[in-house]
Amino acid sequence: MEGEAGDFQVTLVKKPRYVIEDKCTGCGTCMEYCPVTYPDQYNQEISENKAIHIYFSQAIPLIAYVDQSCLYLKEKKCCICEAVCDNDAIDLNQKEEKMEIKVGAILLSPGYEPFDPKVKDEYGYGKYVNVVTSLDFERLLCATGPHEGEILRASDKKHPHKLAWIQCVGSRRVTPGDNSYCSAVCCTYTQKQVILTKDHDAEAECTIFHNDIRSYGKDFELYYQRTESLPGIRFIRSYASVVGEDPESKNVIIRYATPDEGVKEEVFDMVVLSVGLNPPSDHEALAEKFGIELTPHGFCQAPSTNPLETTRPGIFVSGAFQGPIDIPESVFGASAAGSQCGEFLDYRRGNLTKERIYPEEKDVSQKEPRIGVFVCHCGANIGRIVNVPSVVEYALTLPNVVHAQEQLFSCATNSAQEITDMVKEKDLNRVVVAACSPRTLEPLFRDTLREAGINQYYYEMANIREHCSWVHAKEPEEATQKAKDITRMSVARACLLEPLQEIDLPVNRAALVLGAGIAGMTCALSIANQDHEVYLVEKEKDLGGTARRIHYTLDGLDVQGYLQDLVRKVYQHPLVHVYTSAVITEATGYVGNFLTKVRSDRGLTEIKHGATVIAMGADVYKPTEYLYGEDDRVLTQLELEERIAEGDEKVVKAQTLVMIQCVGCRNEDRNYCSRVCCSESIKNALKLKEIHPGMDIYILFRDIRTYGTMEDYYREASEKDVKFIRYEPEAKPVVQATEEDGRPVLRVGVRDYILDRELAIDADIVCLAAAVIPPAGNKEIAQLFKVTLGPDQFFKEAHVKLRPVEFATDGVFLCGIAHYPKHIPEAISQAYGAAGRALTLLSRDIVTVSGSVCEVDEKRCMGCGACVSACTYGAIELRETKQGKKAVVNPVICKGDGLCNAKCPTGAIVLKHFNDEEILCQIDAAVPEEEIPQQMDKAVGDV
Amino acid sequence: MCSGRVDLGFVLKAFSNGVDGVFMGACHLGECNYITHGNYHALKMVLLCKKILEYIGLNPERLRIEFMSSGEGQVFTKVVDDFSKQVRELGPLGSSEDIDRNELKTKLEEVRKLVPYIKMAKREKLETHFESEEEYEGLFTREEIDELFDEVVSYYIDPEKCQACMICQRRCPVEAIEGAKNLIHIIHQDKCIKCGTCFEVCPPRFGAVQKITGEPVPPPIPEQERAVKRKSKEK
Repeated sequence: MEGEAGDFQVTLVKKPRYVIEDKCTGCGTCMEYCPVTYPDQYNQEISENKAIHIYFSQAIPLIAYVDQSCLYLKEKKCCICEAVCDNDAIDLNQKEEKMEIKVGAILLSPGYEPFDPKVKDEYGYGKYVNVVTSLDFERLLCATGPHEGEILRASDKKHPHKLAWIQCVGSRRVTPGDNSYCSAVCCTYTQKQVILTKDHDAEAECTIFHNDIRSYGKDFELYYQRTESLPGIRFIRSYASVVGEDPESKNVIIRYATPDEGVKEEVFDMVVLSVGLNPPSDHEALAEKFGIELTPHGFCQAPSTNPLETTRPGIFVSGAFQGPIDIPESVFGASAAGSQCGEFLDYRRGNLTKERIYPEEKDVSQKEPRIGVFVCHCGANIGRIVNVPSVVEYALTLPNVVHAQEQLFSCATNSAQEITDMVKEKDLNRVVVAACSPRTLEPLFRDTLREAGINQYYYEMANIREHCSWVHAKEPEEATQKAKDITRMSVARACLLEPLQEIDLPVNRAALVLGAGIAGMTCALSIANQDHEVYLVEKEKDLGGTARRIHYTLDGLDVQGYLQDLVRKVYQHPLVHVYTSAVITEATGYVGNFLTKVRSDRGLTEIKHGATVIAMGADVYKPTEYLYGEDDRVLTQLELEERIAEGDEKVVKAQTLVMIQCVGCRNEDRNYCSRVCCSESIKNALKLKEIHPGMDIYILFRDIRTYGTMEDYYREASEKDVKFIRYEPEAKPVVQATEEDGRPVLRVGVRDYILDRELAIDADIVCLAAAVIPPAGNKEIAQLFKVTLGPDQFFKEAHVKLRPVEFATDGVFLCGIAHYPKHIPEAISQAYGAAGRALTLLSRDIVTVSGSVCEVDEKRCMGCGACVSACTYGAIELRETKQGKKAVVNPVICKGDGLCNAKCPTGAIVLKHFNDEEILCQIDAAVPEEEIPQQMDKAVGDV
Repeated sequence: MCSGRVDLGFVLKAFSNGVDGVFMGACHLGECNYITHGNYHALKMVLLCKKILEYIGLNPERLRIEFMSSGEGQVFTKVVDDFSKQVRELGPLGSSEDIDRNELKTKLEEVRKLVPYIKMAKREKLETHFESEEEYEGLFTREEIDELFDEVVSYYIDPEKCQACMICQRRCPVEAIEGAKNLIHIIHQDKCIKCGTCFEVCPPRFGAVQKITGEPVPPPIPEQERAVKRKSKEK
């Protein structure tokens, strides 16, 4: 890589795939014939694969490649794959290709390397066959895994019944070979594996040997409780090691210790090592190549004010190379990095875009259906089992079919051209392709119809591969009959298809950002830097949100300095319009076209905007326990931090200070973890130790959740003699104001489980880790913008992993602690992420809405409202008319799921493209009329 | 289209066409990639339909719903193989249950016509939501289905009271009401979906629409007698 930000030259070496990408259709014939088997890397080498294979069943592109184990590559012999490929896609003489590309920005997402437990003797991995890593186990659990979803032991291929998981393998330890940080994801993935194991075998006994359980993520606490409450599950807080195996049964022996029973050994059928996350194996070479710096752990170095930015301008980072992070953070981090590339390259946006022009669409709605049927061989995939010519012949006998033919690969470029040509030549107005699942290729064929000047909804797909040839490999005759049946059903439906129009809606280029904390401001600036107007609406008089009360972070960021800088940038940006002391009075509209009324210092304003970002922050719980509010020596962590910043002598000169964690959450009222408090408490403890090293600091905790690299600060606190004492929720600490030798103290009583006795600590200051709670006014805002709140009353994203910064309501986005408590760097990352997602909408002139949406026949509607309650998107409303209430669908909001259609008693609301007639005719065609009486006769005859 | 789109009417239609079993595949419960979660609706529909099959005298095992993801091809084949085997064991539709072919077809078609009525009568239950599949067990009972069909309502326009005002005729969602100005309205029972709209919109001062439960509906009055005799005009 050469050059600099905005103008990089990158040389890429593309390794030969030995398969021509444009020609391979992923049919899999070559893999069947390939004689070389070798351990399947995707399945953790538990099962075998072929030298030519597709990496895994959801690979993109879904095409084959040849591995170095290939006989031809090694010894110049075999070449069977070449001979069996019907599409001439194999090229064993392919060479490495060098490519020079010019780019403006670079995004590094190399992922991570799982920790290899072989480097540690104490787990017996590689020595005892029934010890597996969590990644091995993940594959075992999977339906596409080595044993098709059966959990089998390597030693005897039997189902293990008694399983153990050992947590923190390779993590949270400073011994050589281990990582000192917490890998952040293992606690919860283990719980997932336990739940899935119980799904496989309800009787399974699962034991988890763990340190702190770090359920710090959104909904993780509930997930932990769900796991814990399953029958046959034991969570044991103890270090554990594998000490041997039974030579006969190959069962694995684990040694562990508990406070009650001391050191014990126990035998398990299988042991899963919850391995942690290492930096990518080539991190050093990568850093050198791109000229970026790494953290001491080997992850990418980034400032906490922008976790997506490497030390070199124009190069960004996302995913686990940032450090150990979970999927949601990874996904919004990727959008965030995208937004920053966008900011960087905005001046060139759209330069490489080419518009596609389709021929004008013919109106054939009044014409008799003229159907063309194209039956695909899919190489040998369909053709070897199903008699394709006979299906073609049969199709020609079906009503309205004027053309039928076979194709080797319907999805190949030349075949698509053939379809287009045939449509013109035979004046076809509907097309049926009998091939594979519509999931992958329907969009391609619809496009083919558009190219031919036919409405794309005149296309129908008959799945004779996944639903037929693949599952009936041993019954070719029946499979051929079934392929005919499926084709007949599709032809029947094709007759009734209607041309549908997709709606193009103009998009207003402006965004409204609700809330001007760090998240809201960061998001607003990122959008504005990409040349879009932003209306930033803040309920307070000043900008800054919760961060105004935070002075420093664990890694030493001067938060107030940073905040002032951010506020200045916001006010100086010509495209950001700030509204303070603002209240939203009305919000209407939909994706691309919102209209929001705001009352603020500027008076009443009507704002038109295309996207909305909710970044309204969160509040802090006001404790009612531990004498808070009664005794001024009891503070919250935020108050403590303010006092430290002010240099309040009562605080910084205190002799003894006790911190109590989990105040106001992880309880019945708020059944979630506030995520930030453990690190915040440790941060304040370290700060106090820095000012007054002699201070006695106690942290009373339930689990210390310093996930990721924050673990290092936990260790530092421990080393600096901050005392950590664990308490159980059933025996909470007790605080009482009293005197000791004339000194007024707060006496904190707590049980120490390690010493097994009650402690009484006389403190000068008690500090409570008060919960982060959902923001006031969340319900009103949720209602106004038609978005939802989760069970914890924080805003609920559309999908935890797939769409973490979007709402199910199109055009509305989410970031910051309104989503869930999080640290400043995480909020910044999510704010950029929301900006990135908003930009994908705002940077286009139009949004296209599917034609397959619901519609109401007003005459048939009786206004019962069953459709309204079925619709989870709020796309339907009842309107008063002269003929009573009538349902009305907003096609822009409708997602085309059709629940309303199934609930409507009168058939008034109809899901277009999947209406009753279209589906019923397929049901009718499934059993041809002439067969019904026969079947019935057979039935009667049997009596 | 989501599995929640599958209509009760589709399943009944399939059985009415003589198929021996109906299988429905839906995504795993609680794992919707959207916020639709329509598979719960599919489950409720299936549970209701099973009870209806029992009512008709068919084995409810002829209908099955299973939840799986698109990545679980093996699960799909396993489940379908198992279901095919089960249906084969159950034998051909009707004969195994000792029901005459024509009688069965008639019964299924009768029930199919009542789908709108069933959707309305069971709306509340069809809208209930639980998290786990187990909780839905027993959502519908045989007794309530018996009751549902025993108490099928019909609507009838009392020719003595009808003032031929056209209100019900205009509001009927399925155009089951025949009538014109000064012509007494009648309800075509074969078209009526028993939604009760006519009953609700008939002005109370006329009260011409009657709700009839468990009794035969009187035949409509002959066409030649439909002219309205208005009291005011008589005077």
